[in-house]
Amino acid sequence: MIRIEARPQPSAVMAYATPVLAVVLTMIFGGILFAVLGKDPLQAIATIFWEPIFGEFAFFYRPQLLIKGAPLVLIAIGLALGFRAGIWNIGAEGQYIVGAICGAGAGLAFFPTESVLIFPFMVLAGALGGWAWAMIPAVLKVKFGTNEILVSLMLVYVAEQLLASMSLGLLKNPEGFGFPGSRNLQQYPSAHNAEIIAGTGMHWGVVAALIAVIFAYVLLTRHRLGFAIRVTGEAPRAAKFGGVNPGRLVLFCLGMSGLLAGLAGMFEVAGPSGQISIDFNVGYGFTAIIVAFLGRLNPLGIVAAGLLMALTYIGGDIAQSQLGLPAAAIQVFQGMLLFFLLALDVLTNYRVRVGRAEVA
Amino acid sequence: MTPLLSLTGLTKAYPGVVANDDVSLSIAPGEIHALLGENGAGKSTLVKMIYGLVKPDAGQMQMNGGDFAPTDPRMARAAGVGMVFQHFSLFDALSVAENIALGMETPPPMRTLAARIREVSETYGLPLSPDRVVGDLSAGERQRVEIIRCLLQDPKLLIMDEPTSVLTPQEVEILFETLRKLSAEGTAILYISHKLEEIRALCDVATILRGGKVVGDCVPRDTSARAMAEMMVGSTLATPKAAAHDAGEVLLSVTGLSVASPSAFGMSLRGISFDVRAGEVLGIGGVAGNGQDELLAVLSGELPCGVGMVQFKGSDLAKNGPEARRGLGVLAAPEERLGHAAAPNMSLTENAMLTGAAREGLVRRGMLNWTKTRDFAERIIAGFDVRTPGPDNAARSLSGGNLQKFVIGREVLQRPEVLVVNQPTWGVDAAAAAAIRQALLDLAADGSAVVAISQDLDELMEISDRFAALNEGRLSDPRPTVGLDVEQIGLMLGGAHGMEVAHV
Repeated sequence: MIRIEARPQPSAVMAYATPVLAVVLTMIFGGILFAVLGKDPLQAIATIFWEPIFGEFAFFYRPQLLIKGAPLVLIAIGLALGFRAGIWNIGAEGQYIVGAICGAGAGLAFFPTESVLIFPFMVLAGALGGWAWAMIPAVLKVKFGTNEILVSLMLVYVAEQLLASMSLGLLKNPEGFGFPGSRNLQQYPSAHNAEIIAGTGMHWGVVAALIAVIFAYVLLTRHRLGFAIRVTGEAPRAAKFGGVNPGRLVLFCLGMSGLLAGLAGMFEVAGPSGQISIDFNVGYGFTAIIVAFLGRLNPLGIVAAGLLMALTYIGGDIAQSQLGLPAAAIQVFQGMLLFFLLALDVLTNYRVRVGRAEVA
Repeated sequence: MTPLLSLTGLTKAYPGVVANDDVSLSIAPGEIHALLGENGAGKSTLVKMIYGLVKPDAGQMQMNGGDFAPTDPRMARAAGVGMVFQHFSLFDALSVAENIALGMETPPPMRTLAARIREVSETYGLPLSPDRVVGDLSAGERQRVEIIRCLLQDPKLLIMDEPTSVLTPQEVEILFETLRKLSAEGTAILYISHKLEEIRALCDVATILRGGKVVGDCVPRDTSARAMAEMMVGSTLATPKAAAHDAGEVLLSVTGLSVASPSAFGMSLRGISFDVRAGEVLGIGGVAGNGQDELLAVLSGELPCGVGMVQFKGSDLAKNGPEARRGLGVLAAPEERLGHAAAPNMSLTENAMLTGAAREGLVRRGMLNWTKTRDFAERIIAGFDVRTPGPDNAARSLSGGNLQKFVIGREVLQRPEVLVVNQPTWGVDAAAAAAIRQALLDLAADGSAVVAISQDLDELMEISDRFAALNEGRLSDPRPTVGLDVEQIGLMLGGAHGMEVAHV
């Protein structure tokens, strides 16, 4: 008989081993999924994980790793702060959109004036937009006790409508021949989030993500606020006894994750994407939730997880075009990763024993 | 006479610990047999083996001369063993009769069952109506439900696990009457407790366990409580001694404190007033659930109260949260160790940071000083004899008693001016309890004011200068402990404020 029993202490080994194990299990079950769909599983897995880094067109895909990884890491860092405290911001996608709208709007307001001040102003506007969007669920939770999961999630759909309205109305390119979408910021030098070193994919968003990682790491390990976040997540009553004000923590965590998601949106719209359009958002805000958990809510883990997730995005695209795998299969594949990770989490606090059960 | 139950060489080992090592004892029909020992001495494992919950590694059990090896509680019940657990397993929303029916293999029709319950409750002097909803019953009444549930099966042996921990002195008397009656009718009782005076009052024989082994037998009536305690602990006990001291200025003053409980199942506080002076220990007694948790939460600053209700050295604390109060020197240690006083999955170092940040200077401009915190945790571990491999271990890896020593030590070492503790020695072995009480007395001797909330009356009598009782969220007037007798305390606990009920 197999049973699980509680470990006296959380296992440090398992905390590091489970993400690896989850990736391996995802490969196995993903392979089965691909096989059922009539594709060669080994080839499909190799296309997803190998092709982008070491394949024939790696020179094109490698920079993509940073371009796709940076927003994921930036958003996931913010989410992880909240998740650590048991504050569930599920609406980063909406904050990402509003950040992009505010950032792009701030830049386009000055078009075609050229100034070095425009880009920093856009960064501020993007951060502020994401922050403000996240403050809606935060204030509602603190004042009226609403559920931040529902409110933040619903606001994603509001943000999507706002995005559509902006692409068709206020921010529509006056010289765009009636097509929806804003002016392309890549063609507005003062507002363009260009690559810092050409051909590497390294843009200001990557820099911001790295700063956020360091900031979050120091906050969580060395700062009193990070300690408050961790205690609140582990034992809310102990945190309250220790003097943590739960309301203020909700405001900080939601605000911070909104701010970082807004920044991610702003860097995206000013750089890789270039313009506000109806289909501007591609789900970074949701995927970042997987990234945050895959990285164990640990800033350094999130960097690795963000790059891994970016890899499955890029590899998934290649698999779609080269092998004809449906997009949904790739999403299931990514979902499996989160599923296995959360399921295996139980091994950190429990161990599996084979033997006769005993009621003690 | 053949013993009803005899155990020979029972041994049960768990990874890393031998819970029972070659335990032998025998119980005669109608005997009230005490099983005495500290926490972790192996009492629970032993009775779980008798009740079929745990299978022994070695040794035999015999019931009425025949082999007895229950593999599950159903078999044990069929053989005539009943058990009343310390924690009740009752459904609040169901009636007494429905709860009892749920535990039966083939429940009779409700009407017959209700009549049987009435009959048993009258025979044994356990007043209980079968139609009442369990959610409305007091802890003592809930225990009666469990006892009657056992009695309906006509047990030959009734096992009671720490039955008096939730009862008032009057309820204890009723219980003892019932148990004596059962014993007179030939039902043997195995009575687990660490309250020595109770055992002396009730039991015919006592078997003392220490570290999983039987270390002695005695006839409790002829043995002093001190001698039994020493057998239990295995060393001579140091009775906490209060140094003579004069009460100083009023440090903590509570006036007309009324607060609604934040929880639907909590108890609101109603018009509580008391003062505590420097150098004084105020003991607050009462049965659990009468507002103890709420009172601690208000004093620690977790639960906000109105302006002017709680004052420290004459200045109002209404606007001060837990952290600000610690800064002033008002500290607290809640009852629930895991999850409230300490975060279970965090290390002892991190738990030292939890309340030590302000007074121990562990934070500078928001940045945490982990080296200093680790030193603080090590000082607590050394100063309060906390048994753990080191400060990096998670709080939940410690035994209850050791974690309690850590929690109390953490506050005491911060030199509080006012310390409020709730159930400071709950679930702690005798030696550790004595150490904790001594620490509280020393603190008072050094000029701090201590408020000790506890359900253990012996403890409060031992350490407090004045005593008050919490009942239904109201506090009786504090009275000097010297000269209080058990009857007066019982009346205070039962909610007779002042002594007016005495002349009814």
